[in-house]
Amino acid sequence: MKIEDVVCPFCGCLCDDLVVQVEGNRVVNVENGCTLANEKFMGDHRLETPIRRSGKKWERISYDEAIAETAGILLDADRPLLYGWSGTYGEAQTIGVHLAEVLGAVIDNTSTVCHGPSIMAIQEVGHPGCTLGQIKNRADVVIYWAANPIEAHPRHMSRYTTFADGFFVKNAFRERKVIVVDVRETDSSQIADEFVKVNPGGDYAILSALRAIVRGKRDIIPPNVEGVSREQLFRVAEICMAAKFGAIFFGVGLTMASGKYKNIRNAIELTEELNRHTKFTISPMRGHWNVYGSNEVFTWITGYPYAVDFARGIAFYNPGETTSVDILRRGECDACLVVASDPGAHFPRACAEHLARIPTIQIDPHVNATTHLSQIQIPVAVTGIDAEGTAYRMDGVPLRTRKLFQGSHPDDLEVLEKIYAIVREAKG
Amino acid sequence: MPGILIRNAFVIDPLSGVKGEVMDIAIRDGKIVEEASTDAVVIDAARCLTLPGGIDSHSHVCGTKVNFGRYMSPEDMRAGRTARKGVMHVTSGYSVPTTFGNSYRYSTMGYTTILEGAMAPLEARHTHEEFTATPHQDMLANTLFDGNWSIMEAVKEKDVKRAAAVVAWTLSAVKGFAIKLTNPGGTEAWGWGGDVNSIHDQVPHFGVTPAEIIGTMIQANELLNLPHSVHLHCNNLGVPGNYQTTLETIGLVPDLNRDRQSLYLTHVQFHSYGGSTWRDICSKSEDVARAVNNTPQVVMDMGQIMFGRTTTMTADGPMEFKLYMLHHNKWSNHDVELETGSGITPVYYGRKSLVNCVMWSIGLELALLAKNPWQCLLSTDNPNGAPFVKYPEIIALLMSRRFRENERKMIDPRTEHFVPLFAIERELDWYEIAVMTRAAQAKALGITRIGKGYLAPGAEADVAIFPLKPDEIDPSVDYQQVMAGFSRTRYTIKRGRVVARDGEVVVEGANSTIWTRANVPPAYDMSSDPEFTKKFEQYYTVRMRNYPVQDIYLPRGVRIDTEASL
Ligand code: SF4
Ligand SMILES: [Zn+2]
Repeated sequence: MKIEDVVCPFCGCLCDDLVVQVEGNRVVNVENGCTLANEKFMGDHRLETPIRRSGKKWERISYDEAIAETAGILLDADRPLLYGWSGTYGEAQTIGVHLAEVLGAVIDNTSTVCHGPSIMAIQEVGHPGCTLGQIKNRADVVIYWAANPIEAHPRHMSRYTTFADGFFVKNAFRERKVIVVDVRETDSSQIADEFVKVNPGGDYAILSALRAIVRGKRDIIPPNVEGVSREQLFRVAEICMAAKFGAIFFGVGLTMASGKYKNIRNAIELTEELNRHTKFTISPMRGHWNVYGSNEVFTWITGYPYAVDFARGIAFYNPGETTSVDILRRGECDACLVVASDPGAHFPRACAEHLARIPTIQIDPHVNATTHLSQIQIPVAVTGIDAEGTAYRMDGVPLRTRKLFQGSHPDDLEVLEKIYAIVREAKG
Repeated sequence: MPGILIRNAFVIDPLSGVKGEVMDIAIRDGKIVEEASTDAVVIDAARCLTLPGGIDSHSHVCGTKVNFGRYMSPEDMRAGRTARKGVMHVTSGYSVPTTFGNSYRYSTMGYTTILEGAMAPLEARHTHEEFTATPHQDMLANTLFDGNWSIMEAVKEKDVKRAAAVVAWTLSAVKGFAIKLTNPGGTEAWGWGGDVNSIHDQVPHFGVTPAEIIGTMIQANELLNLPHSVHLHCNNLGVPGNYQTTLETIGLVPDLNRDRQSLYLTHVQFHSYGGSTWRDICSKSEDVARAVNNTPQVVMDMGQIMFGRTTTMTADGPMEFKLYMLHHNKWSNHDVELETGSGITPVYYGRKSLVNCVMWSIGLELALLAKNPWQCLLSTDNPNGAPFVKYPEIIALLMSRRFRENERKMIDPRTEHFVPLFAIERELDWYEIAVMTRAAQAKALGITRIGKGYLAPGAEADVAIFPLKPDEIDPSVDYQQVMAGFSRTRYTIKRGRVVARDGEVVVEGANSTIWTRANVPPAYDMSSDPEFTKKFEQYYTVRMRNYPVQDIYLPRGVRIDTEASL
């Protein structure tokens, strides 16, 4: 069976034009997807049943047993952490938040190790952005800052920017200038009209220099700023100011470089400055396909996009304190439920070690690095393959992923609802 | 369900012609009925004021920009926190509360229906997700068409029927309720960082004017026989001297509908400024109110501002940028491809700011100068003028001249030279307040047809009982009591169930989402129109098949069907 207009549940581009060929409960071919998409659909090797650690071995257990035990562990914990969420759909995230509320737990998503600093910057100065189609149809200048879309978001350039023809930009490749700012050459920098190579950690200074130039203060710019010549900075500023519509995209290279959220704040303020001259927008290149959805869902229920602590009954948010990495590093957390993400692969070592010491339960379709830290793993359907639900694209556009076939696993929502029911019952 | 019998209620039900009578109200199966069943639960209203459930016909509570207002404002989230309690979830937020926060606070104030003021079609799914998480009110979504390319092209071609067809397809695809125009043409111009400054300016590239967009859409709306009229946020919001634009816009409106207005003008306070700069801004409420009084085919809502901190948010992207340039607070913007824009910035309305005092006066003046309360609805454009929790204070100000005089002493003393407010003696009565907070909304939105806004048999059993005894208090003097009384009902009943009591929500909600489907002849079905679908494929970044909001997002959808006259 051929299914059209399939939404890809891999990266924040959330391409929705895939054509997927399904045989029984297996995807046999994917058209329009990038290599990452193909791998996601075709290289899908599931864990078959829930498993529990028993000594040095794993034993298979039933779903009911796994769910009851998970609920028991969470109910016993003093400081439970519910982490992950970027790889599942909104309806499951919603139950996750309600579960955290009843437990008095901390709930956090993967922003904590990617665009958390971008969120903090936005909370200081706001976010002039737009949907991706606005850029496709209008932008004549696109800047990728510390982002390498060809590797991490392979179809970003062809669907939305560099190669995407739009209403006002009929021939994107010729009419649209692409600037790449990065600390090293990348596949993306090679196709840029202008590559700005910055010293590692030099982004803040470059952003400040550009802001100064846009403000008309050229004379204060030294000949060389963090490895970039004054002439190039002038040129870049001129390209931006001459643009009819400019768009900056930044990656975790900027949020995680020294300066962290201050870099993003500076980039946003540059964007605001440019808006006094022309139209400019800025957008984070969100990684996981539905990480933005987890920010959205957390926000409408709790008021905060990530790192929400319910320990005091109210929703409390203080990144650096209520962020999962910090809670784990302080050794505070005494049980962790990981849903649809792989902290074992992405967290600092000390945090991963703590996860291995406490009862950690993972709800995830696949064996991954976190499996090795877990007590229990509950396999589920893969959203976008055999489960459907809402996802938010990196620009906030919500889409409904498709269910391509009826698989044999329950999905995240079913499992979480059962855990929630037990916990609610116990909490009265 | 055994039903409810409310005894001894002091009822004001304007749509049924009840202007303050002590009577009983019987409820069964979610509806008002002639007679209660014998096992009905009896509520003794003890001669307390009993009204149909409140209806907010313009409020921003759900969707992309509202949620971004929360996302970017942890300081606002901290300013209003409640813990989980009984059936109530945790809430956060003061000016942009979380969805449950909005829902509980509205419910305890007796509100049972809310129209979200602005939904971008492309992001409709988000609005509907938040509707589901706003469980105690029936929800409706104004759907944005101000910068819609297909609409502007139809306007350019002077093809009203095609504009109507685009509206019909879109409303039904996104499960929207009505046509909203926010700064028509201006949001498209903002795609290039520009704006339009009068209703006769050309929209760049599209070669149409705001006046043409408004005129065409009013016609299209009536061709589709939609329950509500076009809902307009005029051009030039917040600009000194903008009352001219507002008057010109009112002058455009034909009278096309027997049952309701032909144009709804929202937050008119923000559109009634005289002067030419922030230094000489003054009230033009008298001119605007006169125009409204003379134009029965328009209805407005106040857009009252109240002093204090709030968050402004609108699809009017260029306006939010101007506001940002004025205050240099944090600023967010979010343009939506082929459709509209939006922006957010926090503001503080100060009693020491002459401009803010003038704005504060204008909203009240509009309500006091509008002769017909059915033509001026109470609103703050929540949260733009103030969070909706300020409604009781606004009601008290409208009902008490003494209260207004007391406030006069607290504000910038120069205010009285720029506004007529303090010369106005009128004090609104209970009946007028009932009209302005529910009955007129139901009529203006065209939802009396589904039983909203009144208490006669057959109506939806949405009822608010306030701890206010109209025979015993004089609102002119006891305005503090009025304020307290409208802040929390004794009972809020929603579809026949008591949902809130004395300031607390007591059950889990189960709202409906009300949307409109205009049935068009096949020739006007845009889903098979080659040009429309081609445009879609070329310029949107979402496939046309993935665009419509699936039924699953409306667990209790209520569809109003109309037959288009095409
Ligand atoms: S770019 Fe991202 S969303 Fe698009 S097909 Fe590749 S992995 Fe999937
Ligand atoms: Zn509004």
